[in-house]
Amino acid sequence: ATGDKGGRVVIFQREQENKSRPHSRGEYNVYSTFQSHEPEFDYLKSLEIEEKINKIRWLPQQNAAHFLLSTNDKTIKLWKISERDKRAEGYNLKDEDGRLRDPFRITALRVPILKPMDLMVEASPRRIFANAHTYHINSISVNSDHETYLSADDLRINLWHLEITDRSFNIVDIKPANMEELTEVITAAEFHPHHCNVFVYSSSKGTIRLCDMRSSALCDRHSKFFEEPEDPSSRSFFSEIISSISDVKFSHSGRYMMTRDYLSVKVWDLNMENRPVETYQVHEYLRSKLCSLYENDCIFDKFECCWNGSDSAIMTGSYNNFFRMFDRNTRRDITLEASRESSKPRAILKPRKVCTGGKRKKDEISVDSLDFNKKILHTAWHPMENIIAVAATNNLYIFQDKIN
Amino acid sequence: MGEEEGLHQTQLLDTMFVRGLKRKCFDGEEDIEGTLAGIKAIPSYNLQRQSLLDMSLVKLQLCHMLVEPNLCRSVLIANTVRQIQEEMTQDGTWQMINTQSTGQASLDRLVSTDILCRSSREQAEGKHVPGYTTYNKDFEGDQAQDSSETMSTASSVQVPRNLQSNVWEMENPQENKGNFQKSLDQIFETLENKSPNSVEDLFSEVDNSYYDLDTMLTGMMSNSKMGHCDGLETFSSPTATASNSNCKSDLNELDHIVEILVES
Repeated sequence: ATGDKGGRVVIFQREQENKSRPHSRGEYNVYSTFQSHEPEFDYLKSLEIEEKINKIRWLPQQNAAHFLLSTNDKTIKLWKISERDKRAEGYNLKDEDGRLRDPFRITALRVPILKPMDLMVEASPRRIFANAHTYHINSISVNSDHETYLSADDLRINLWHLEITDRSFNIVDIKPANMEELTEVITAAEFHPHHCNVFVYSSSKGTIRLCDMRSSALCDRHSKFFEEPEDPSSRSFFSEIISSISDVKFSHSGRYMMTRDYLSVKVWDLNMENRPVETYQVHEYLRSKLCSLYENDCIFDKFECCWNGSDSAIMTGSYNNFFRMFDRNTRRDITLEASRESSKPRAILKPRKVCTGGKRKKDEISVDSLDFNKKILHTAWHPMENIIAVAATNNLYIFQDKIN
Repeated sequence: MGEEEGLHQTQLLDTMFVRGLKRKCFDGEEDIEGTLAGIKAIPSYNLQRQSLLDMSLVKLQLCHMLVEPNLCRSVLIANTVRQIQEEMTQDGTWQMINTQSTGQASLDRLVSTDILCRSSREQAEGKHVPGYTTYNKDFEGDQAQDSSETMSTASSVQVPRNLQSNVWEMENPQENKGNFQKSLDQIFETLENKSPNSVEDLFSEVDNSYYDLDTMLTGMMSNSKMGHCDGLETFSSPTATASNSNCKSDLNELDHIVEILVES
């Protein structure tokens, strides 16, 4: 599923495999499109509330229908996407065109029959969770109990029950009594994949706090505190900004978590709080350009990251429509480009390289030629197969492993 | 928000950056020796730090548009401002507002801040410009010159508190204007009073003068291969006094040029 700036959600579905080409996986096509959020106006503050979709999270599938949560800055909605391929005919009380039949004219009863019809995919909002966030929602996370979920804004995290829309519990509140003392905000939050009482949240100062909901109702006191000590020799005015964590994701195993800051991705062992176990440089060549990136606000871009199904590889986006993959076992990494110009459909992607200084080799691209408007902020990895989805501006790219 | 406005700004700054670089590269190829010959002015650490401070303050003010500003971004910029101000307090460069005749002088100081990208370690290695520790020594010698030059258009110490309350609590933006830098006051007041359309016009004016300044500055400095990070790599540091007196004459030139630009 993808969400856009206009409040629309588009769902893509993989087609059935083509029988004549048994080794080729089906392609993804549009399955459903619906308007999730509309622009609103907050009359108290005289401000617009953008309809832009910030996050989408699928719920685990329990029946034929699909459920997802989508959120903008202020309101979370639960959508049900269901298929209809049969139609009932032969109603007693109404005609085929829907007009009510006069009861006195009915002389016999009949049982309606289901007849096939063209497949119709319907999306309907089932729950609307509103008015619980003063600040902009940056994360939603479905709990492993499949009953609750959390939503996080800049200063607070709320716990919801999927069935109840008029109440939520505040579980984290870092708003200072005096707003002038505000120096740190919440940037992302996620539930543990297996332990329904555990969640983490990251901050703009590069710290991650792990909380246990059993310890107290308000989890302002963390159970674990993850922070890598700063290297004093590499300190600059931009150190804090680039340390701000834009995304945090647990591994599928639940033993590790990954954080994305501006220049790197770090893998943390939940049992070790004082430093990450692995650090991967995404685009270290940008370190000398931080001032320019501060000027044009790119330094505030929030990149996401994701694990593959087996937790052996991680992926994140960069600029110039580049995205990076890191193999945790072999320590190899690769840079690929998501653009129509650079590759034909079904062609194998060519690895890209950024020239950091000195002589530029053929096929390398120099740092100054990078297009900072083409940023890949959102990527997703199929939970079981080697298929990835990469969002590049207004295009969605789906890549898969080449099958022999 | 000015989603369009943000992009507008980015495009202009990108253009500036790219153009500046091209000029540097071009000039760099011409003069290959890589010696101190021809150095007119180096944007000193203080100057660039001041420029970063001014830029940050402008960023904070200009995000109050139709949509609620991004709190995370505002907090990070405010923290950066606080860091700079703390450092300047320790240095002793923190001064009261200077009454400037033009009132536009702070825009002069928006020079390339690429030197600030470099960590203190790189600076200490003396690769590009004097390291931070060296700067302290130089600074004491130059302090008299600095204050007489009115180089630092620093705000009063009141600014941090008022700045923050202005950022976080948008309900009363009017109360906190009094203590801002005089040179930036004009921008802020006009922002408050004008309608969005004219705000954009005003902002585009600011951008244009910045743009012109930047090309001018990079033009001037490109003779000495300055202006952006990469250009500084090939140089060792000149003596501080020489650079300051050069700075002074260049900045006077700049004053003159800016006056012309502003009036046109």
